[in-house]
Amino acid sequence: MAAMFSQNPLMNGPNYSFNDAPKVNAPEGARQHRFDPYTDNGGSTLAIAGADFTIMAGDTRHTSGYSINSRYYPKVFKIGGTTADQHDANLVLSVVGFAADGEALKERLDAICKMYRYRHGKPMSVKACAQRLSTILYQKRFFPYYVYAILGGLDEEGKGAVYSYDPVGSYEREQCRAGGAAASLIMPFLDNQVNFKNQYVPGSGEGHALQERERKPLSRNEVEVLVKDAFDGAVERHIEVGDGLQMMVITKDGIEEILLPLKKD
Amino acid sequence: MPGFDFSNYNRNAALHARGVPLPKATSTGTTIVGCIFDGGVVIAADTRATSGPIVADKNCEKLHYIAPQIWCAGAGTAADTEFTTALISSQLELHSLSTGRKPRVVTCMTLLKQHLFRYQGHIGAYLVVAGVDPTGTHLFTVHAHGSTDKLPYVTMGSGSLAAMSVFETQWKTHLTRDDAVKLCSEAIQAGIFNDLGSGSNVDVAVITADKTTLMRGYVKPNERSAKLKSYAFEKGTTAVLNEKIIRKQDLGNYVSVHELSTTEEGDKMEVDT
Amino acid sequence: MSSPFSINGGACVAMVGKDCVAIACDLRLGLQALTVSNNFPKIFQYGDNVFLGLTGLATDVATVSDLFRYKVNMYRLREERHIAPTTFANLVSSSLYERRFGPYFVSPVVAGLEAKTGKPFICGFDSIGCIDFAKDFIVSGTATEQLFGMCESLWEPDLGPDELFETISQALLNAVDRDALSGWGAHVYIIEKDKVTKRLLKGRQD
Repeated sequence: MAAMFSQNPLMNGPNYSFNDAPKVNAPEGARQHRFDPYTDNGGSTLAIAGADFTIMAGDTRHTSGYSINSRYYPKVFKIGGTTADQHDANLVLSVVGFAADGEALKERLDAICKMYRYRHGKPMSVKACAQRLSTILYQKRFFPYYVYAILGGLDEEGKGAVYSYDPVGSYEREQCRAGGAAASLIMPFLDNQVNFKNQYVPGSGEGHALQERERKPLSRNEVEVLVKDAFDGAVERHIEVGDGLQMMVITKDGIEEILLPLKKD
Repeated sequence: MPGFDFSNYNRNAALHARGVPLPKATSTGTTIVGCIFDGGVVIAADTRATSGPIVADKNCEKLHYIAPQIWCAGAGTAADTEFTTALISSQLELHSLSTGRKPRVVTCMTLLKQHLFRYQGHIGAYLVVAGVDPTGTHLFTVHAHGSTDKLPYVTMGSGSLAAMSVFETQWKTHLTRDDAVKLCSEAIQAGIFNDLGSGSNVDVAVITADKTTLMRGYVKPNERSAKLKSYAFEKGTTAVLNEKIIRKQDLGNYVSVHELSTTEEGDKMEVDT
Repeated sequence: MSSPFSINGGACVAMVGKDCVAIACDLRLGLQALTVSNNFPKIFQYGDNVFLGLTGLATDVATVSDLFRYKVNMYRLREERHIAPTTFANLVSSSLYERRFGPYFVSPVVAGLEAKTGKPFICGFDSIGCIDFAKDFIVSGTATEQLFGMCESLWEPDLGPDELFETISQALLNAVDRDALSGWGAHVYIIEKDKVTKRLLKGRQD
């Protein structure tokens, strides 16, 4: 499609009436050098907070351009356990965007959580970890970690907590959040099915007088179903999403990991 | 000749000069292949059409009819492959009607390359042309700039490398019909699973001296799994501010409608079924 | 300057149901982030049951809708019959491809019922006339990705007219709420063999 408009210099001259056409004013022989430290490795993540649990999910495909680099490259990580196998971890971090930065960010946050645990003799709370993650991201304000991070866990009252971030550390606690390549496909679905947006109680009035459908916390099973269906939809329409679905369910009893297959085309 | 209309060209060129990006057309990513066997030729394609990273059509047709025994697989800009093949199909039909001979694959290939060369690559059609004619079995590739190739097995599109890896490891001379179909299908599947621009199903067309067999959905390795839940809403969930119903029977209040009797089944002018 | 497809904003979606089809659009007309009008419908009728949705550059939406009104009227006079949805789809396709090297910045959607059989028909196009025949749904406009996500999860086969209305409305409303350039109310047409129902939806005015 770059060929839509004529490359013929004669045609591009008096053809249009604007006099502010871009001028080529680079000095003769000047060359521009570029440094491209980032790539987009595709993939998508999703997090939903329940009454006494949090579900974090992500697909396991790792891409660059039209190629698949790996069909199992996890984006969702347990954070802050005492050992390498993270058996006693209480937090989950998901990262999507530039995979190398995601990996680096995960390692760094994990080390910080481990140090906190060693010094204070207790695991880091989600609230504290969320604030610390924001600081880490903002410290690299002018050479950011190119990732959309989501942090999940249980808050001090035992309720599900989800914190979502932009690449430079702006963050917010939310009920649910989708990130990455298929975020725009999944997010409106979550608005509709988790927060019941645009839904009204049938027969409760006419037009403007209708009553909004009340939000009620979803059960763990209902949320797992929503996550699977949301990803199945995203896989159908986004080429960078697929292969496997990794889900982490955080409850007071620990973190359970579920791996489900997704379409591989 | 299609006779393109350039009356928006200046407006769009002016916009482009001010930094407006070009419109995004469907396709580009595709896997198409072709392979000759003893007694005929097979062509095959995947069925995904994309617009950027989004799948625009999950089950599109990339095998185009040219003549009863000449078919074309198309990659590149979807609209260009569609209309270029339709145009050459029409020219070839008229040509064969006026000469009273069956159309030849070389003729088709030559018409395509001359048309595409004239447009200097601006018509983004990348084609695999295959067919059987009185001179024998033929298989060609035609690139958007007008260059052509004649080979016993060919691949094109973003999945061409994945597909070619299958041909280069498994192809042999004097294939049977069934082996050729299987080889082409596997080559397409290599594209479907390893190239993000390709996906969904495998379409296959087998052309022999006596007939052409189009197998739409020859393999369907990517059926969507059933949803875990129905998302149908209760009636009255959406807030409606105004409603207007127009019934056919009430139309008589505004205009008079006369049903004209039609005797024959279907319409002869109807272009598609 | 941004893409001509996203200067004015707008969204459109069509869905197939059981013996019925639905087509819906938002009502926003904007100039980049500034909303100029909240009453700019993008669906046009070209016969008893042939509908065209047009999103993209508003000036081209107006031009193209008028162009097809002219072409369909000429067809009706010449042929002394209404245009069928499939015929109309091919007319749209060829008209757009004629301007291959100077396209209208629109993404059309066609929805209708075959007059004789009552069979549902929907299809979509890119700006240069490539047809996308679909058995389920077609989306277009600045909320394309959001609509794909909604439709892919909400749509199911054989929905009746009432269920189809709820599904298409929820798909559109929730999609445009996640797109800054679409929204401000919506029109929904439910097309059945003997009647057409047009509804105005309540949507967020932000």
